Amino acid sequence: MKKNGVKMIKINSKNVDVFYGKKQALFNINLDIQENQVTALIGPSGCGKSTFLRCLNRMNDVIDICRVKGQIIINDFDINDKSCDVVRLREKIGMVFQKPNPFPKTIYENISYGPTIHGMAQSKNEMDEIVETSLKKAALWEEVKDRLHEPGTGLSGGQQQRLCIARAISVKPEVILMDEPCSALDPIATAQIEELIDELKKDHTIIIVTHSMAQAARVSQNTGFFHLGELIEHGSTDKIFKNPENKKTQDYITGRFG
Amino acid sequence: MNKNKEQLLNKRYKAEKRFRLYGQSAIFMALLFLTIFIFKIFSTGYSAFQKTWLIVPVTFDAELMMLEQNPSKEDLKDADYYDIALKSMADLDPNANEDQENELKRMVSYFFEREIKRELLNDPSLIGKTKDVYLTASDDLDQVFKGNYPRDLPEDQRRVTDYQLKIFDQLVELGKVESKFNLSFFTYPDSREAELAGIASSFMGSIFSILVCLMIAFPVAVLAAIYLEEFAPKNRFTDFIEVNINNLAAVPSIVFGLLGLGILLAVFQLPRSTPLVGGITLSLMTLPTIIIACRASLKAVPPSIREAALAMGASKMQTTMHHTVPLSMPGTLSGTIIGLAQALGETAPLILIGMVAFVNTIPGSPLDPAASLPVQIYIWAESAERGFVEKVSACIMVLLGFLIIMNLFAQIIRHKFEKKWS
Repeated sequence: MKKNGVKMIKINSKNVDVFYGKKQALFNINLDIQENQVTALIGPSGCGKSTFLRCLNRMNDVIDICRVKGQIIINDFDINDKSCDVVRLREKIGMVFQKPNPFPKTIYENISYGPTIHGMAQSKNEMDEIVETSLKKAALWEEVKDRLHEPGTGLSGGQQQRLCIARAISVKPEVILMDEPCSALDPIATAQIEELIDELKKDHTIIIVTHSMAQAARVSQNTGFFHLGELIEHGSTDKIFKNPENKKTQDYITGRFG
Repeated sequence: MNKNKEQLLNKRYKAEKRFRLYGQSAIFMALLFLTIFIFKIFSTGYSAFQKTWLIVPVTFDAELMMLEQNPSKEDLKDADYYDIALKSMADLDPNANEDQENELKRMVSYFFEREIKRELLNDPSLIGKTKDVYLTASDDLDQVFKGNYPRDLPEDQRRVTDYQLKIFDQLVELGKVESKFNLSFFTYPDSREAELAGIASSFMGSIFSILVCLMIAFPVAVLAAIYLEEFAPKNRFTDFIEVNINNLAAVPSIVFGLLGLGILLAVFQLPRSTPLVGGITLSLMTLPTIIIACRASLKAVPPSIREAALAMGASKMQTTMHHTVPLSMPGTLSGTIIGLAQALGETAPLILIGMVAFVNTIPGSPLDPAASLPVQIYIWAESAERGFVEKVSACIMVLLGFLIIMNLFAQIIRHKFEKKWS
């Protein structure tokens, strides 16, 4: 969304350092994420792009030895501040994981779980509606509408991943984080998800970590390149892929290493 | 070079063949032992499910029973049955002298009086009439009839006299000895007389102990496991606790018995020989088993499920209670059942807390004195009477049946409710 030609900044990270025990995983990351755009994070394995992604909804809290320093500001609010409530934060910032991880429950229950714990539906009808719109947005409705009460784990890999996306959007998050969402999927399922991502950016800000440079080029408007825990370069996808400033970026996208 | 390779290959094949053979013989040995064991138990025990009855004509003589005309139900209950019981036994041989009459009386159990009384209470119109009544044969005659008694021993080494055998053989010839299903084995409590001994008291004792054990051990163990696995920080102290839980699982059960004796009975003054104390002692033993099973099945829940829930904005508690714990329940429950099955077969700690006492009443609550099935086996195995030999095996059969059912149940729970994830 452009306002007076200036893109709105949704997430603003300042001097983010991450440590696993004594080992530093991220060094002084400064990255702005634009609203209603797809931002791709690329880089070789172990470069810290997933770690950065997990900072944005504080999933790193789960890891005992992980410490995060610096500011990550979302809606004028530092999420690393003590007063930040992770439950509220994660309601606003959804996440889709590398491997499809539906709950071993029915398709309906998978979607209704988030709205239930956040008290978003007052009645069964409202809940049915949330489930339907979420599944429609995730382009899964037509395939599963007759078997909403069958287990979600019985779906194919691509369907499971779209179910996970539907689950993530069921609570109407502002931001959706995707951690290599297609790495476990075949090309057809991948194409479906990519199409979906393009559709979703109308209502959500999307950050996607990917190993596939082609995918980054296809789906994203902005790209950040990580290497050895540092953000080497970021900017519009066009620029990064066609005219990178940094030699390392150039080497990586041309496939000379990584 | 090529030949060398050939030899090497042959050697490998032979080694594999040998290994298979070792494995098969190991399995064969295990099956052999099991078969011998089961065959031995069944061949000695199956006869305990049959009981020998003597059919004796009893004359319900109102005068001997000290009954007035038109007696009420109460009168019938208070009447004296000893004399008619004695008389009907003595009448088996009209020419018996006093000693022989005594021997005749000992051919049936000391319940004969009660059995005759029951007959009359069922049908008060029998007064003044004569009826054939089924009387429990003494355990020795029971064994004679089942063919387990060496009749050819010299008389002074036998507990049945020649005279008793003679009368018994006459009765057999007349068809007055019958073998029927031994219901009293299941409905009677323990007794000093083998023919009257049953497993009702120890069975109920076992049930009560296991219930007490379950009610204490399950909630404590599951809470401990959930806390340790999901909430507690991983540091030296929790490592130390984990090591000690594993140690606890390895403590010999008799030590728990001593603990029960020293703490529950001596300090807290809980009633001795009761399933309450037995259950608490057993729960100490079962606790680590359940904790370990529960932690293992919590660990087996894929972290991706926890991440999915957390990323949806569920709190730690919601993640645990809505997702992790339900998914771990099949494993926890089957672990619990296996722990309880272990507790069910436990003898040593129960002996220490006094559940080995002779109990001839059926307990109605965990606060009544009781034995338990394995302790009952122990008590009977110590008894000298021949009649108890088959009872020991029969009791083992009941216990084994119980354990097999419990383990089967654990398997079913595991297979039926365990969720499969991609």
